[in-house]
This record gives sequence, structure tokens and C-alpha cells, in this order.
Amino acid sequence: MSAIKKLAVLSAALGLLTVSTSGVLAQKKYDTGATDTEIKIGNIMPYSGPASAYGVIAKTEEAYFRKVNAEGGINGRKINFISYDDAYSPPKTVEQARKLVESDEALVVFNPLGTPPNTAIQKYLNTKKVPQLFVATGATKWNDPKNFPWTMGWQPNYQSETQIYAKYVLKNKPDAKIGILYQNDDYGKDYLKGFKDGLGAKAASLIVLEESYEVSEPTIDSHIVKLKASGADVFVNITTPKFAAQAIKKNAELGWKPLHFLNSVSGSIGSVIKPAGFENAQEIISSQYLKDPADAEWKNDAGMKAWNEFLDKYYPEANRADAFVVYGYTVAQTLEHVLKSSGDNLTRENVMKQAASLKDLELGGLLPGVKINTSATDFAPISQMQLVKFKGETWERFGEILSGDAGG
Amino acid sequence: MSAVEEAANEAPAVEAVPKRAMTLGYGTSLVVLALLIIVPMFLKNFFVFQLTMLLIYALAVLALNILTGGSGQFSLGQSAFYAVGAYTSAILMEHMGVNYALTLPVAGIICFGFGFLFGQPALRLSGIYLALATFALAVAMPQLLKLGFFEHWTGGVQGLVVTKPDAPFGLPISQDRWLYYFTLVVSIGIYIASVNLLKSRSGRAFMAIRDNEIAASAMGVDVALYKTLAFGVSAGITGVAGGLGAIAVQFVAPDGYTITLAISLFLGMVVGGVGWLPGSIVGSAFIIFVPNIAEHISKGLSGAVFGVLLFLVIFLVPHGARQVAMVAQQMLGKLKKN
Repeated sequence: MSAIKKLAVLSAALGLLTVSTSGVLAQKKYDTGATDTEIKIGNIMPYSGPASAYGVIAKTEEAYFRKVNAEGGINGRKINFISYDDAYSPPKTVEQARKLVESDEALVVFNPLGTPPNTAIQKYLNTKKVPQLFVATGATKWNDPKNFPWTMGWQPNYQSETQIYAKYVLKNKPDAKIGILYQNDDYGKDYLKGFKDGLGAKAASLIVLEESYEVSEPTIDSHIVKLKASGADVFVNITTPKFAAQAIKKNAELGWKPLHFLNSVSGSIGSVIKPAGFENAQEIISSQYLKDPADAEWKNDAGMKAWNEFLDKYYPEANRADAFVVYGYTVAQTLEHVLKSSGDNLTRENVMKQAASLKDLELGGLLPGVKINTSATDFAPISQMQLVKFKGETWERFGEILSGDAGG
Repeated sequence: MSAVEEAANEAPAVEAVPKRAMTLGYGTSLVVLALLIIVPMFLKNFFVFQLTMLLIYALAVLALNILTGGSGQFSLGQSAFYAVGAYTSAILMEHMGVNYALTLPVAGIICFGFGFLFGQPALRLSGIYLALATFALAVAMPQLLKLGFFEHWTGGVQGLVVTKPDAPFGLPISQDRWLYYFTLVVSIGIYIASVNLLKSRSGRAFMAIRDNEIAASAMGVDVALYKTLAFGVSAGITGVAGGLGAIAVQFVAPDGYTITLAISLFLGMVVGGVGWLPGSIVGSAFIIFVPNIAEHISKGLSGAVFGVLLFLVIFLVPHGARQVAMVAQQMLGKLKKN
């Protein structure tokens, strides 16, 4: 081989080498919590204490990531799902969040539950630039990318929901006389604000009475009597399950039959409608965004079939009538999608960027037509819902998918 | 039976602890102190934060120890005083821009007043009745904090976010480390003051009341005054701990100060040894770390595992850390003789 030829081969080989190494450098980027083989996902959930019923969400998520790992992981990386108990106590949440970030070195803190616990860690995670991704609370304030670029909600927020009801009223009952009952705390006020914003300028003329109650009150009967006496023909019922059941029952006792909107927080058939009596709840309007696993309509639905198969194999002891199991499954799928699209660039910044660029994502647990959309200015992934009316012993969906986008 | 007779016949609520057995010897104290100073220098920020919480809860347990171990009064309401202290510090810092260090004495004084006033009606109660009355206080506090009337100041259910202080004079240490040493200084100050309080005339009055109220009053001790004073001092120290807790956690919300906290503190006191002040830090370690260990063993059954561990402690060493320390001392003594 001549000297020139040798040189040519050598330079070609060198050239190849540089191309391939620069390719590797451009491809793989990691922050703490991600490596070639593993992605660490942190989670905080009340397994004990007053809100422990929610613990099933993280159990479903854990099972789902086991499924992801068994099927080869995400882009070849296994998910290491680390979940801690905070008992719904904010100081404990802070301790657990710091443990996840500083000791376990998780890439993101995913789906921590509850408004007070999330408020407690929001500032810390944003200062540390760790994604507080898909928080499990409906407060509207999580959609605030300008002040908290590392925090993102997931489920439709309270204001979006009541905006949808307001739109419905404006369209179908423009001369309504509206009576509102709300719980006097952040949750109730959040819902109330959304409703008023939805009515816009007409709010002042349409609303005849706003009644609030305290959680500490044993019964809300007197408020219902007052609302009926106000002559309202539309009743917006912003109450938590126990009070919602009382309100529905009292309405029937008084023979008051307004157009009744019930917030989705109290949409549970088992804990609200049944105790209040099916016959008293007919024609009540509420809204949904997830498929109700107890609904016979989804028996042959591909998305729910996949859900059932997943439960058979990875979480057989799950209660299949529990909406939280659909919730955990769907939110875990959303994270899976975000991590997949992050590719080999597993920096916290890129994960946040991918989470903020979801476009018309449809998942098996969501109602047909409900799509997940986010952007750099919209940190409220799900803002579509469908109205449902109570008929017989179930909720019946009606009308088209409606959306309301409220920022924090 | 009159109240006096009842009180006279009642068995003492708390076993008498001789005065000298309430503290550690100089040598041991210095070793513990050296450990508390040196160890955090080599730890990650997160563990330093945990140690800070350890000191803060130790202060709260110490406060309860003065009340129960010192004056023989029970309280399940310490979480209420802790909450008042925490909110006082948080409101002063966030709404009025007061320096964090200055909020602590204010929190202490307000809680002292609050505890002293609560001590007045509590005078009529003793033993389990007093425990129930204070329990009511602990249950009521989170709801009071949520009241719309105070919402402008307390932030309602959402609570208040507190800004964490930086190390002063441009010291090159992290916020967590600075806060740890700051807490350590405050804790040592309060510990020394408490030890001296119990050694003083007032301390002897506390213990006289604890051991026999009627005998104490016959000796000329103003029972009413000293009982309320014990409540005040205990509440004041708890308030300072609460203030420190608010600064360390950077957040206050009603859900953080429920009855669970009060019971944890009570637990810490029993595990550390009732009436033995150095035990406070052992008790505090128990209530912070044992739940984490239990969670590590089984997530679903963490409560049950915690229960078993607690049961073992109460069964094997009913006098808590004090018993362990005394056994260790005896063994050391034997070794020296040999």
C-alpha cells in the first residue's frame, strides 16, 4: 500500500471517528436522575393519614412503571419509581421532596398529591429547577408558567370546569336566575371564580344568591332553604361529597327542582348519589374527563380493555370500580409519553420542554375526544370535559366535548 | 369526696425523678455537643435539614418534658402552641419583613402568654382531664387557623410560604448549614436555661407540686402560680420551636399542626424518658426517623410496623432513653472498678 493510500484510509477512519463521537455527544445528555440504563422518578403520596384513599393512585403508577420496565423500559432505560408517604402533612412533604431531590437524586417529582402539600414544595422545586410534574390537584394556580416554570398541573382545573357550566347556562338558559352554594375555602372560591368568569359581564344580573358554608357545619339544610326562597331556577352546587349528598336530598324534600349543576369532585355514584337516593338525583348535570370504569359502555372499548389487561397482569388486587385507578394509569401514561419524546436528552429542562409541547395526545383512559394539549404558555394539560346527566343509576354523557382554559 | 381529698389520694401522675438524674454529666454533654457541631460539616444538605428538624422537635419535646416531667401536668395540646409559634414567625417575616432571628423571641413571648392564660382554667383540671382539655385545644387549632377572619394574615388553607434566610456576613456556607448552627445555638441556650430552671427555686417548686400538691402548698408554694407558670414556660419554648420549624420548612399551613403532631411530641417525651431532659433529643430522633424506617420496611403497613417498634420500646425499656443511659452508666461504673 502506498503512503498516500495509507494516509487516505487513515484520514477517512479519523473522519468517521469524529462524526460518530460528535453524534454521540449531540445525542445523549443527562441531568442527575438519568443514566444510560435508568430514569429516577420521585413521587409523594399520602399512604397514611386522612387522605390515604388516594394512595391507590401511586400504587397504580408503580404497577404501570413495572409494566413499562417489563416491556423494555423507555428508550432502553428502566424507570426507577421512588414513592414516599407524606400523610398529607406539608412539613413532611417538604422533607420527602428534599429527600427525593437531594438524597435519591430523582430527575423529576411526579404527581405529588394535594393542594397544601404541593404549595409547600412549589417554591423549593422551582428554585432547584426540578420539574414538579403533573401535580394531583385541581387548583387553578398550577397553570402559571411565568412565575413557576417548573410546575405543571394535569387534570382539568376547577375554574375550567365551572366555566363549562357557565357556557352551558348562557347557551341554554340565557334568562336564568342562578343560586350558588360553595364551600368557603380555596377550593370553593376557585370554582366560584371560574363560574363568574364564564358568565362574564352577565354574572351580576344572572346570579341571584351566593351562599357559602363552612366545612365545620354539621348540615347545610338552611342554606338550601334560603336558595330555594331566592327564586333561583339554576343551582350551582360546589360542595364536597358529604355536603353534596345532603344538598341533593334536601332539594328533593323541599320539592325544589332547579337546573342542578354538581361539581365533578362529588360525582362519585357510590359516595354521593347512592346515599342521596337515585330518585333524587335524576337530571343533575356534572362533567367527566376520564372513562368511568363502572360504566358498561366501555366494556368493549380498546382503551379500557388494555387497562383491564394491565390490571390482570400487574395489579390484580386493584378495585376495578375505583376511578383513581384509571387516573393513576392515565397520568402515568402521560409521563411515559413525555419521557419517550425526550429521547436521549434527559435533562430536566428538556423534560419540562417536552411536557409543555404535548399536541392532541389521546390516551386510553380519557373520554373519546378529550385531548391533552400544552404549550409554553399553557401548563394545564387537560382542559376538556364532557357534560354528563344522571339518568336511572348512571351518568349519561351528552353533547360535545367542551373546553375551558383557565390560568392561575 | 372533696377535691382536696381526691388530690391527696390520687397516685402521683409522674414517677418522681431525683433532681440530679435530670441532666447529663459534663463529660457526656461535651461529647454530645462536639458531635452535634462536627457531624453536620460532613453531611449532605438534606441530612443537615433533617438534623435541624431533629433539634427543633427536640426543643418541643423538651418543653413538654418541663411541663410533664417537671410539674406533673399532662398536655396533648402542644401542637397548638407549636402552630401559634410557627404562624407568629411566618406572619412577622412575610407580612412585616421582620428579621427571622427577631421573630423567635416574639413567638416565644406570645406563646408564653397564650400558655399562661390557658393554664388558668387548666388549674381546675388534673391528670387525664387536663390531657383531654389540651387535646381539645389541639383539635381546634387547625380549624381556627383556617377561619376566614384571619385569612388575610394566615393565608387560610393555602398557608404561607416563608423565605429561607441566607447565612449572614457573607459566610460561605449553605442556607441549610447556617440554619442548623443557628438552631443549635438557640437549642443549647434553651437547654441550659431549662436545666437551670429546674435546678432553681422555681424548679423545686414545680417538682414539689408534681410529687404532692398538698404538701407543696403546705410548704408555702403558690400552687396556682407555679402550675400556670409551668404551662407558660412550656408553651413559650414550644412556640420558639414552632418558629424555627416554620423557617426550616419554609411553609406553614393548618394541616401541618394537627393532633398527630401533639401525639408525636408526647410519644417523643415518653420514649426519651419522662423528666429526663437530655432524652428529648432521643425522643425527637424516634419520632423523625422511626416512621421513615417503618416506611422503608413496608409501605402499605408502615403504620403497623411503627406500632410494633413503639410497642417493643415501651415493653423493653418503659423508662425510655433514660433507662438505657442509666444501665450504660452502671456498666461503665463496674468496668472502672475492675
